Amino acid sequence: MNFFKRFAQNRGALIGLIILALVVLLALLAPFLYPDSPWRMVQRPFLAPGEVAGFPLGTDTMGRDVAAGLAHGAWVSLLIGLISTVVALSIGVPLGALAGYFGGKIDDALMRFTEFFQTIPNFALAIVLVAIMEPSTVSIVLAIAIVSWPPVARLVRGEFLSIKHREYVEAARLVGQTHRDIIIKQILPNTLSPVIVLASLMVATAILLESSLSFLGLGDPDTMSWGYMIGAARTVMRQAWWLSVIPGVAILLTVLALNLVGEGLDDALNPQLARAR
Amino acid sequence: MSEPLLRIERLALSLPQGADRLYAVDNVSYTLNPGEILCVVGESGSGKSMTANAVMGLLPQGVDVAQGRALFHGQDVLTLSEIEHRELRGRRIGMIFQEPMTALNPLMRVGEQIAEVFEAHGLLTPKARRERALELLEEVRLPDPQSALRAYPFELSGGQRQRVMIAMALALEPELLIADEPTTALDVTTQAQILHLVKDLQTRRGMAVMFITHDFGVVAEIADRVCVMRMGKIVEMGQAREVLEQPQHDYTRALIEAIPGDAVPPARAAGDIKPLLSVTQLDKVYRSSGGWFQPKREVVALDGIEFALGRGETLGIVGESGSGKSTLGRCIVGLNTPDRGEIRLNDVDLRALTGNELREHRQRIQMVFQDPYASLNPRIKVGMAIAQGPIANGVPKAKAMAQARELLDTVGLDASAAERFPHEFSGGQRQRIGIARALALDPQLIVADEAVSALDVSIQAQVLALLDRLKREFELSLLFITHDLRVAAQICDRLIVMQKGRIVEHGNARQIFLSPQHAYTRELLEAIPGRQNHDEAAPATAEAV
Repeated sequence: MNFFKRFAQNRGALIGLIILALVVLLALLAPFLYPDSPWRMVQRPFLAPGEVAGFPLGTDTMGRDVAAGLAHGAWVSLLIGLISTVVALSIGVPLGALAGYFGGKIDDALMRFTEFFQTIPNFALAIVLVAIMEPSTVSIVLAIAIVSWPPVARLVRGEFLSIKHREYVEAARLVGQTHRDIIIKQILPNTLSPVIVLASLMVATAILLESSLSFLGLGDPDTMSWGYMIGAARTVMRQAWWLSVIPGVAILLTVLALNLVGEGLDDALNPQLARAR
Repeated sequence: MSEPLLRIERLALSLPQGADRLYAVDNVSYTLNPGEILCVVGESGSGKSMTANAVMGLLPQGVDVAQGRALFHGQDVLTLSEIEHRELRGRRIGMIFQEPMTALNPLMRVGEQIAEVFEAHGLLTPKARRERALELLEEVRLPDPQSALRAYPFELSGGQRQRVMIAMALALEPELLIADEPTTALDVTTQAQILHLVKDLQTRRGMAVMFITHDFGVVAEIADRVCVMRMGKIVEMGQAREVLEQPQHDYTRALIEAIPGDAVPPARAAGDIKPLLSVTQLDKVYRSSGGWFQPKREVVALDGIEFALGRGETLGIVGESGSGKSTLGRCIVGLNTPDRGEIRLNDVDLRALTGNELREHRQRIQMVFQDPYASLNPRIKVGMAIAQGPIANGVPKAKAMAQARELLDTVGLDASAAERFPHEFSGGQRQRIGIARALALDPQLIVADEAVSALDVSIQAQVLALLDRLKREFELSLLFITHDLRVAAQICDRLIVMQKGRIVEHGNARQIFLSPQHAYTRELLEAIPGRQNHDEAAPATAEAV
């Protein structure tokens, strides 16, 4: 209750949460609203929004329903964003925790490994990975996860470095708790708030990455996604601008909403900072 | 007496809703005459700093003036605008804070910071500002003021930084100096020097000083008049000598009794000394690997430490910050590894053990930490915090939790506390929880590292009494690490005095208090605020900072 109150104090975060809820709702309802495949050609191509009843957002270059594409694309975007973030966290959190907790040589080795990934530009690496593995939902999720875990590892390592010298951690060492227990029960719960905030922003970045990959034609050929819709429509930008703009606005709104929610979470989880602002 | 400099009339400051009481300061009236030192005394949360903050226009957000006036030279400062207040601050009212490190800008040289005071008020030319800064540093008796001007705050010691703060507060020759716990963060000998300096400057300049403190020892040292506050109300006010000698209110009496300024430890029956712990030739050097351009730094924390501790005995380790006393405690419990030497518990060398054997022996030494707020995990319930030790060592969870509840009862807390989170408890209660946690593994030795330093005096006395009781009940030995000789006097059988990693004196607590052998021990004892034989001792040490 208290947590939500603090969250709701940030007006932007509340708006973000509402937009996000609408997108999730759209994704969930997509199979019911548009039971047919979004790939099916249903009308003649290049219908402007509202030109023909039943196609509120018009049709694309091949005569496919843009509204259906948008709804099914929402599902794909959110799913890929969430899963790739979960995978990235499951790589970054343990690595960061081990590096921060044990320090010394382990820390050096793990951090050089992390830096190896950080030195390669994110997007270039993602393209290479997807190209090698052949575009599919799984390969895209993996590629996004692999390029986005290093910041998580860095953040968790920093938190561990500062918390491992707290007196309660030392007390736990004195009573003979194992390293595993100290990491999982004593330190990890106290590092979660910044990780949650980072994760919400990572979902947004993942959605952008997925859209960019699809835009370049490296998306899963079987799933309709927002990035693919923009990519397919870029050649007809001047005849049918709405074909690029509509999915573009969808991406913009979703990413904006996630960023707003992330900021709200930051305020709610770090009340001291929020009050000082 | 002439017109008072500052007159507080029926001042009440309201706290935001949901606080533990309605008013931070409730119907408080007092006056401060020119050339007088008024000590405002109280424990944490008594509202003693709030009045000063109101006068300075520095009230925290949510705290508002509900009624009353604060007349400075007959003008009500509570109704001033921010700009008028700024004119008043620094120029006519100076202020010194508790923590000299955080009150100074770490990236600015000391000289520039002092010059900035003049700059902020648009006074003097840059050259004259520098000269004034030098004069001020001389006045607060910093050693080598010329080079101190060019020093950064981190290059100065705590006492020197506090001197710089005082120089800044005095820069514009204020008529009133407000000092908010200026010596709390300092070692005893440094504290004595700073108190002496404040008193000296006050006489020389004829300022009025409002000195806010929790320590009646300090009051005895410098106050002309005292105002004792509790829960936002004044419980007693009067001439310092009268209040100290004949306190009228029970609370004042309790506070004064809690600080035996001339305390001499009672003679204790020397127990049969069956040694439990013996430490021989312990060395520890902290090395920081230098970079390309920095030389390696070595700090000797422990140098050939040797002592023995008997069963059921309380040994105090006393020293100032940097003396290595905490390192010694941490080496004994195993949080630090000494470079050389033996630590024998029950005649087994702990340093030769490994693995499970070591863990088993380690459990017999537990620790009570200094900071009651940092020593409990904010996300773990109190019961679990106590039970986690036994659980880690294979005791079934239900049994460990039942034992935790018993322990809470033993340390004077309700057993239902087990289901609550640490933030619901006060500092003193948390320290009790920390003690219960240390007891959970049934140790033979408890190392208490500054275990009561963060607590108010009356709470301090309670926790010390608890430790003493538990020590007898559980047949524990106690290694009590403290910088505060007064605390050591209350609980320790024997004392070790440490300086720069070495033991300089070692012996029966009573003997050390009555006839200290080493010069450093004498210095420490003389620096205790409130001791009668203080006066001739202070000037001798004033140059040492």
